[in-house]
This record gives sequence, C-alpha cells and structure tokens, in this order.
Amino acid sequence: MRWVAAKNRAKEVDRAGWGRTIAAAVVSLIYFFPVLVIIITAFKKHTDALAVPAKLIPDAFDWLVPDYLTFSPTTENFVNVFSRSFSTGAAAQDTGFDLFFFNSIFIAGFSVLLALVIGTIAAFGFSRYPLKGNDTYLFVILTTRMLPAIVVIIPVMLMFRVTGLAGTYTGIILLYTAFNLPFTIWMMKSFFDELSRDVEDAARIDGSSDRRVFFKICMPQVVAGLAATAVFGLILTWNEFLFALLLTGVETRTVPVAMSQTIGGDIGVRWGLLAAIETLFLIPVILVTFFLQNQLLRGVTFGTVKR
Amino acid sequence: MKSTIELRDVTKNFGQFTAVRDVDLFVDAGEVVCLLGPSGCGKTTTLRMIAGLETPSAGDILFGKSRVNNLTPEQRNVAMVFQFYALYPALSVEENLTFPLFAEHLSKSKRQARVADVAEILQLTDILNRKPSEIAEGEKQRVAVARAIIREPNCFLFDEPLSRLDVELRESMRGQIKEVLQGLSKPTVIVTHDQLEALTMADRITIMRDGLIEQIGTPHEVFTKPVNIFVASFIGTPQMNLLGVELIRCNGNDAEVVLDGNPLKFGVEAIASELSPGEITLGIRPRAFSLQSESGKDAISVTSEIIEPMGAETLVHARTISETEIRVVVPREKKVTSGETLHLRPDPGQTLVFNKHGKAAW
Repeated sequence: MRWVAAKNRAKEVDRAGWGRTIAAAVVSLIYFFPVLVIIITAFKKHTDALAVPAKLIPDAFDWLVPDYLTFSPTTENFVNVFSRSFSTGAAAQDTGFDLFFFNSIFIAGFSVLLALVIGTIAAFGFSRYPLKGNDTYLFVILTTRMLPAIVVIIPVMLMFRVTGLAGTYTGIILLYTAFNLPFTIWMMKSFFDELSRDVEDAARIDGSSDRRVFFKICMPQVVAGLAATAVFGLILTWNEFLFALLLTGVETRTVPVAMSQTIGGDIGVRWGLLAAIETLFLIPVILVTFFLQNQLLRGVTFGTVKR
Repeated sequence: MKSTIELRDVTKNFGQFTAVRDVDLFVDAGEVVCLLGPSGCGKTTTLRMIAGLETPSAGDILFGKSRVNNLTPEQRNVAMVFQFYALYPALSVEENLTFPLFAEHLSKSKRQARVADVAEILQLTDILNRKPSEIAEGEKQRVAVARAIIREPNCFLFDEPLSRLDVELRESMRGQIKEVLQGLSKPTVIVTHDQLEALTMADRITIMRDGLIEQIGTPHEVFTKPVNIFVASFIGTPQMNLLGVELIRCNGNDAEVVLDGNPLKFGVEAIASELSPGEITLGIRPRAFSLQSESGKDAISVTSEIIEPMGAETLVHARTISETEIRVVVPREKKVTSGETLHLRPDPGQTLVFNKHGKAAW
C-alpha cells in the first residue's frame, strides 16, 4: 500500500498540473526579467552592454543561438566597483564603495533595529494600555508618512542644519528610524491585538510581572510579525534615495547615492558597472529575506485564519 | 491559616452598566462552589474579581481574614483555569507547567519533581515536550488543570473549564477534575453555564442573573426548592412547566385552582396557605406527572404534539386546551402517539407554587 500513498502525495504536489505551472513560470519570468537583465548586464563588457538587439545569452550557448545574441562573460565590472582608474591611462584607485556598502548595511540595519525596538514597545503600549484618544495618536503617527518625501525634505533639511545632524550617521539613522516607526507601530500593534488576552491574564495569575508577560509570553508569539516588519522596513530603508542624497555626507554616503554618482564621466553611462553595483546591492536583502522567509510567510498571513 | 474566599457586597460597574451587584458569597476551604447562570449574568466578572483581573467598584474581597482588593493577580496567589485554557503557545507543555513555579525560586530538581508529579496525576507524561498547538483538546484541558494545581495557591478558579470539550470527554474530565479537587483543601469556584456541570461538581451552586445572586444552595436545594421562577426554569432538564392558574382557596395542604376553566385540586406545602386568592404560577417538573387512564377531577387534559424519544424515557411536548405548552416525560414503555389525549396528574409532593411576583411559596 506504500506506493498508493506515495502516488497520492505526488498528486498533492502537482495537483495544479503542467498548464498552470508553466503559466505561473511565464508570469514569474516577466516579473523577474528586469532583475535578470541587470544581473546579466553586470557580466558584460561595455560594448556588449550597449549592443542592440540586447545580448542576453552567455557565449557558452552559441551553439544554440546566433552569435550576435551572445556575449562573453567577464567579472571586470565587479572589480571596477571597488577599484578602477578614473581617467584613461591613470592607475586604478579605490572607489570608496566598500565604505558605501558598509554605510548602507550599517544605517539600514541599525535604523530598522532601532525602529523595531521602539516600535514594538510603543505598539504594545497602544494595544494594551490605550490612552484617551488612542486612535487619534495612532493616526497622527501615520500622518508623517502621508506626504510625499519631497514635500517634507525642506523642513527636515532645515532641522538637520540647525541641529548639525546633516552628514552624520546619527542624523540619517534617526531619520530612517522615524520613517520606519509608524509602519512598525501599526504592524506590531495589529499583531499584539491578535494575541489572546487570557494567556496574559493566566501569566499574571501565575505570578508574572508585566515585564515578564511582555518578554516571556507576548514576544515569542509575535516573532513572525517582527520578521515581516523588519523585512519590509529594511527594503524601504535600503532603497531610500532622496533623503540619503541630501542628508548624507562623503563619509556617510549610502550605495544608492554613490551609484547615481558613477553616472557620467568620459565614456558616458557605464551600464556594466552600474549593473554590477546593483547586483551586489541586491545580495544582502535577498539573504535576509531568504533566511526570514518562513517567518515572513507566517507573518504576512497572521490573523487571516480564525483560530 | 484556613484559606477561604469571602465576597462582601461586591459590585462591579463598567461605565453605566452594572455587571455585578451586591454579591455576598462565602466559599469554605475544600468546598466547591459553582457560579451558574446564562451568559452575561456577571459570573465571569465575579470570578475575575476574585482572581484580581478586575477591581471591584464597591465591596470587599477577603482571602481568609485579609482583604485582597488592592492586590494584583500575581500577589494573590490564585490558580485559574481559563475557558480557552490560555496555555502559553510558545512554550512546551513542560515549560507551561514550570511557568507558575518561577516565582517560588525552586531548585531545578524540585521543579522537575513537581512537574513529574502533576504530569503523572493528569496523564501528561508522554506529551511534556510538545507545544500546545500539537496536542488534542482534551490534553490542553488537562495541561491547564495541571498548571493550576502545580503550585499551592490560596484558591482554585475555573472559568467554563469544560465548555470546549465534546460530550464524552466532558463527562470523563468532569470526573477527573472532581477527583483532583477532592484531594485539595482549598476553596474552589467554578463558573459555568452548564447546569449539569454545576449539579455534578459543586458542593453548592450560586445561581446568578443580571449581576444578582438569585439563590445559593446545594444542588439538591436549588433543584427541589428553587426560590423563584427564574431558578425553577433554569435548573433541570427538560425545563420545568410553569402554568398560570387562578387560586381559589388554599386550606392547609390543599389548594384549589382553576386551569382553563376547570377546577383542580392540588396538594401543596402548608406555607402556601398564606397566599391570597388570585393569579399564581404552578411549577411542575416534566417527570412529576403521573398518567391517568381517563380524565379525572384533578388531572390536566393535554394533546400530545411532538414526541422525542430520549432513550430511557420519552419526552412529550403537549398542549392544554388554552394552548399552554406542557412538557412531560413518560417511561419508554408507554407508547404515545402524536395527537393523543393524555390525562396528567401532577405529583402533589413535587408541585411548586409561585406567587404573582414569581417568588416561591414554600
């Protein structure tokens, strides 16, 4: 009877059938295509990158497609990200991108963590110890995200000038933390709202202080929520360009800003180089998302199924 | 010090709404008291006030001789089993059981010994490493009880402990909980809306309605001597029949009433003779009728409508001439068909009389 069970299980996996699987693959490919082109371009020489029609196939496959569609892969763009000569014939120089990558990771990571810590505690407060006019406060918190960034940039710049925060790590981290907080508070509050109050009451009756209830009982239940919130916050912060452009200095510049500044120079836009930076820039977010994906799936579907 | 629970004139308001009004209750050490009533009657609020999860708006709560109104739940040292068990989802069964011991600063070996003890009593030894989401409903229930008895609290509180179990499991858990509680010399309060649970588990039953206590008494008392129509109709299945009749006169143990224009004579308790003639209500349990072969002087004639066999007995829904519904339980051997006319004679010893305000006259 074992084979029957095995057969049933197999059916379970591909119940949707080949037709739908292929349709899904095609749609996924369309979604992924821009990213794929960037990754491919990162391995092209400058001339290949400019070729029309686009050369999308590595030359290892030239037995399959005409020559004019293939390119010979190179890793020189990746070397150039960190060190290259800035004018013809000059010696290779450090581009400072190792610092910019560090800045991006440090600033995004730190501000997301900070927002998570502050936001989670605040969310717990809003959920469990409501103020008079609780909803009004929550609304006010969200209003800071209701305007386009470009509208708030001038007052923010003025504030940074006066306080001397412009160009410092502290400044940009605080700013990003403030940006992530509304989202974090709203997300985490909804996770806390979903938890059973009885469980907390039980813990209190079993002799726990409020602090112990929070750390031992509530936090373990919202791990999925923390992961989801962290990933969303991280993606937003990681890709942020406008504020980073205007409020970071030479030493605190993030990758998106530095990337934009590689455009220009003697041979025009260096597409291969840009694509290489972008490819490297993708890796940390993909890694984080990958490692958190189990939690993430539970996080975004939290509360959609009634217990 | 003997542990007891005492409530004195306890009232709880939520804004304009009064959930519990002037409740007086005493639970002795080793005694099991059930708070019974329909939903929204204030029984859970009363329990939560004893636990310290709600603060009374007025009145005092005493454990032993000391007033505990201002103590937090963790200071009161009570154990409570919640309706939905409230197990800690992120912790294993074993960690759930050790959680209450945290405050007692026990050594690891002592903690493990205690866990092993209660796990043994409630047959949890095999599932100690599982998470609450991985165990069956009945096991969750046992974990909740185990977590309550692992400490030595001042009292035990149960909030609808069996409402989530299916009928069979409920019966066996009822027995298990009763057994566990008998071994403990602490006061226990059980909240339930299931009268069978209350009747079987409690030493005394407190029947509540709209925040007020209607009656406190042993299961036997509340069943045989309900103080008013509410308690009479709430306790006992099938529900008691309540018949509006006109009292003509009451002489000693004999009462003469008019039902549907027919004079009927009843035997009642002597105290009913204080009633003045007029509208009264008779309460007769469905099992307190005897079937007469023909319409006699003191029998009520009804037409049967719906027949519900209940196994050992048969429940017959019938109507009098004036369309008053009467439920009567007849032995299984007695075959009743729909539309048949039955002549019912109320058992004199089991006929309750309520005055026009619904208060019992006994």
